[in-house]
Amino acid sequence: MAADEIWILGINMTKFGKHPDLDTVDLAAEATMRALSDAQVTMKDIGVLAAGNLMGPGRALGQQLQKQVGQTGIPVYNVANACATGATALRTAIMAVKAGECGMGLAVGVEKLAGAGLLGGGGQAKSDGARYEPNGRYGAVATIDGRIGTDTMPGVFAQIGMEYGHRYGGTSFELFARISEKNHAHSTLNPLAAYNKRMSLEQIMGDVMIAYPNTRPMCSANCDGAAAAVVVSGAKLRTLAPDQQRRAVKVSASVLTTDPWEEACQVLPNVNTLTRNAAQQAYEQAGVGPEDLDLVELHDCFATAELVHYDNLMLCQPGEAVPYFESGATWRDGKTPVNVSGGLQSKGHPIAATGIANIWEVCHHLRGEAGDRQIADAKVGLAHVIGLGSACGVHILERSAA
Amino acid sequence: MGQQVPLVDYLVLGESPHLVARECEACGAGFFDRRNACAACGGTSFAPRPVPAEGELRTFTIVAHAAPGIPVPFVAGVVDCGGTSVRGNVINTSPDPDHVRLGMKVRLVTYVVGTDDDGTEAIGFGFEPLEGTDGN
Repeated sequence: MAADEIWILGINMTKFGKHPDLDTVDLAAEATMRALSDAQVTMKDIGVLAAGNLMGPGRALGQQLQKQVGQTGIPVYNVANACATGATALRTAIMAVKAGECGMGLAVGVEKLAGAGLLGGGGQAKSDGARYEPNGRYGAVATIDGRIGTDTMPGVFAQIGMEYGHRYGGTSFELFARISEKNHAHSTLNPLAAYNKRMSLEQIMGDVMIAYPNTRPMCSANCDGAAAAVVVSGAKLRTLAPDQQRRAVKVSASVLTTDPWEEACQVLPNVNTLTRNAAQQAYEQAGVGPEDLDLVELHDCFATAELVHYDNLMLCQPGEAVPYFESGATWRDGKTPVNVSGGLQSKGHPIAATGIANIWEVCHHLRGEAGDRQIADAKVGLAHVIGLGSACGVHILERSAA
Repeated sequence: MGQQVPLVDYLVLGESPHLVARECEACGAGFFDRRNACAACGGTSFAPRPVPAEGELRTFTIVAHAAPGIPVPFVAGVVDCGGTSVRGNVINTSPDPDHVRLGMKVRLVTYVVGTDDDGTEAIGFGFEPLEGTDGN
């Protein structure tokens, strides 16, 4: 029988940063064991496993993880969906529980990315051949990255922020840097963040330019990390102990979208429409609106990306993202705190872990367990990720009424 | 002078160099490489459509770090050429925010990318600012 409600029973993220002595399986196992412990269950209680990893060695992560923490014969789904991989793993476990195939599922995401350097652009330019021969989908006779636009992630997302500026005005190098200043300031309260250093606006603007207007601290921090979550149906939860029920967090909405065709979407990725569609569906599913959100963790893979998602998630009126940010609304003491974890720019972005780690952050506040960075009396939160290509995951979470 | 070949097959050389899109005959959506069915409407017939060589710079970035072997800095952007969005570099101007502005008018120009062992020249394209435009 299909499940009526879905709850997060236990969730965990590892410290983000450099873990030279731990491989992807070790990191995934660490997050998994702690998530199971947080849920007060074991692998024997889990009916489905969804495992996400994007840049790893290509082995079946879920089965590797089972060998590390418990082989119970349950179905495993190994998923990859760009930077939305973690959210996709979670959504896969949720769908299995929601369909009634089992009462409890586990989702895990892990990435080893410390020292990875510049992403996108294929890493190494191919040298042009000795004779020009048309090659590939564009019949190119020589390398086109750098000659016809850029494939680098900082450059692609820079254009996404600049395009918003062209459409609505008000953006500047300094404005984007101020968004990064906020997230670096927020991370000083997060002991699990890869970086905990407050940076001044001058430091951020004066740092190494990667792709204008994104300097290095305005780019997501490549690092190692894992996150895992145990999800449970409402019916199953009601059979568990009062303490498990009290700490459970309700998944009021779980949505995954891709980008519908629009002019230009195959020239420069359109991260706006699919995010807006996901947000719209999520608000409808949850029966809440943006004004009800006590905190938001959104996909600030670059400072230029955070701005457009204020608008896409409908935190502000259409076209009003600049004045909305300038009002202070998204600082931790503002109307709708955004990325109080430090976000991808400072907490870090171990790609496949991100879409579960942002859920952990929201759950942490909803459970009142966020310590120094607790958002007081948080009841409802939203977590958003986007992967180029594109895929967008939005989850809305609510504090347990118990 | 040896032969010339375009850097990509959607660049048409000659007296008035221009780009050509594959247009869906049902809905008019344009693509720069092959499709089995139109991503917009599902139509399966396509015809070539010349893209206007002048347009407006809709967005850009100035890439300072790229894959090894790619010369930096360069300006990468998207140009709205009469309703068709085109990916390309802004060239023949200084790659800094004082010389490259959102909304500025640009035109397609070609240049020699390199010469192979047979003496064949590869011709690439970029967009240069139109003179005397108030492109802010």
